[in-house]
Amino acid sequence: MSVGAWLAASVLEVRPAALGARALVLDVPDWPGNLPGQHLDLRLTAEDGYQAVRSYSIASFGSGTAVELGVDEVEDGEVSPYLVEDVRVGDQMEVKGPLGQYFVWDATDPSPVQLIAGGSGIVPLIAMVRAHVAADATASLRLVYSVKDADRAMYRDELLVLDAPRISTTWAYTREAPRDWAGTVGRLSATVLAEALHPASVDPVSFVCGPTPFVEFVAETLVALGYRPERIRTERFGGES
Amino acid sequence: MAPVSRGFGARRRETNDRLPPGQYLTTDFPVLSAGPTPRLDTVEWRFAIRDERGESRSWTWDEFHALPFEDIHTDIHCVTRWSKLDTRWRGVSVDTLMAGIETDAEAAMAHCYGGYTTNVPIADLLGGKAWVVTEFDGAPIDPEHGGPARLLVPHLNFWKSAKWVRGLSLLRRDEPGFWEQNGYNMHGDPWREERYW
Repeated sequence: MSVGAWLAASVLEVRPAALGARALVLDVPDWPGNLPGQHLDLRLTAEDGYQAVRSYSIASFGSGTAVELGVDEVEDGEVSPYLVEDVRVGDQMEVKGPLGQYFVWDATDPSPVQLIAGGSGIVPLIAMVRAHVAADATASLRLVYSVKDADRAMYRDELLVLDAPRISTTWAYTREAPRDWAGTVGRLSATVLAEALHPASVDPVSFVCGPTPFVEFVAETLVALGYRPERIRTERFGGES
Repeated sequence: MAPVSRGFGARRRETNDRLPPGQYLTTDFPVLSAGPTPRLDTVEWRFAIRDERGESRSWTWDEFHALPFEDIHTDIHCVTRWSKLDTRWRGVSVDTLMAGIETDAEAAMAHCYGGYTTNVPIADLLGGKAWVVTEFDGAPIDPEHGGPARLLVPHLNFWKSAKWVRGLSLLRRDEPGFWEQNGYNMHGDPWREERYW
């Protein structure tokens, strides 16, 4: 699979995804389809020809030409404030992709899988959850989603109503929990991870995505809990705008 | 002609002629890694070069530090489109490490603790273009940024500057390393926008 030229994209749908974040569905007529977990490059062109390019994870998967992104607004950013605040249905842009062939999950792989997201790191992982649901996959999937508070959780409604017997979701709130929450509030801990995840003995494949300090902590904790490093796949955010 | 994105461009950044096409400036130091960060003890650390005939030489941490170190002041460019200007490193030139090795190799594979590999043409490693570095900004390199030692090939996209490097094996013919098998370019010149296949 080769990454070709820039592909024309137009905005099909915009909706709020969380506080300061937006789901953006693009219509990309020439999109070749993508695997769950892949990303793309998005290029914007101003009227005077000025261009900016950023990478975004893809929340959708499969062969369709409607490509969903989840964009978190970065303060003082150049591109994300435009995408989160200004973009309207019908606006034009370009994409290149799909990119990345390592941070992808194969829905036909029966091995236990665990997804650990921090903040907007949920975007490529929600694509894996959706692929699991769509395929009615046999793999047992554990999702751990760490967010500051419920308002900042992307895809919260979708995850709360998820009706999939082989998927379990564990929430971790680092600042403030919803009123009916029974767990503790604070930084994701090794204890919470150990309880929420598959035992290391079943050798699950792990996908970890979030800001660099989050990914560093989780990946190191997973290794300490006995998961094999070569089964832990990471993707880090940081320096993006 | 690229289609105009309505209303885009109000928040644009300063341009800079040290920025390759399609890159943007960051003052952070983002991290790109495929897996967990290996935690390495310099007592056990080794760096080795194996030529295409299978002959090898290696250095312990102390032996490596007996080699002449150089200060490197350079810009770096990541395939994920950030660039960072004026970074400062200290390390040993690959020319120094390769001195006395007679080779017709076309490329080298950098091997790393943790299993990561990346291929770099020999022409991009010699002639004052590449180093094995142990210091960033006056301090030991943080593990998440590749410490205790990483390759530094700053004129190529930064995934070629392999973290946690433990050796180079010289190859008669170029072969794809880890990211190169997973969609990234065999060469990776940011100025030619060599990002993907």
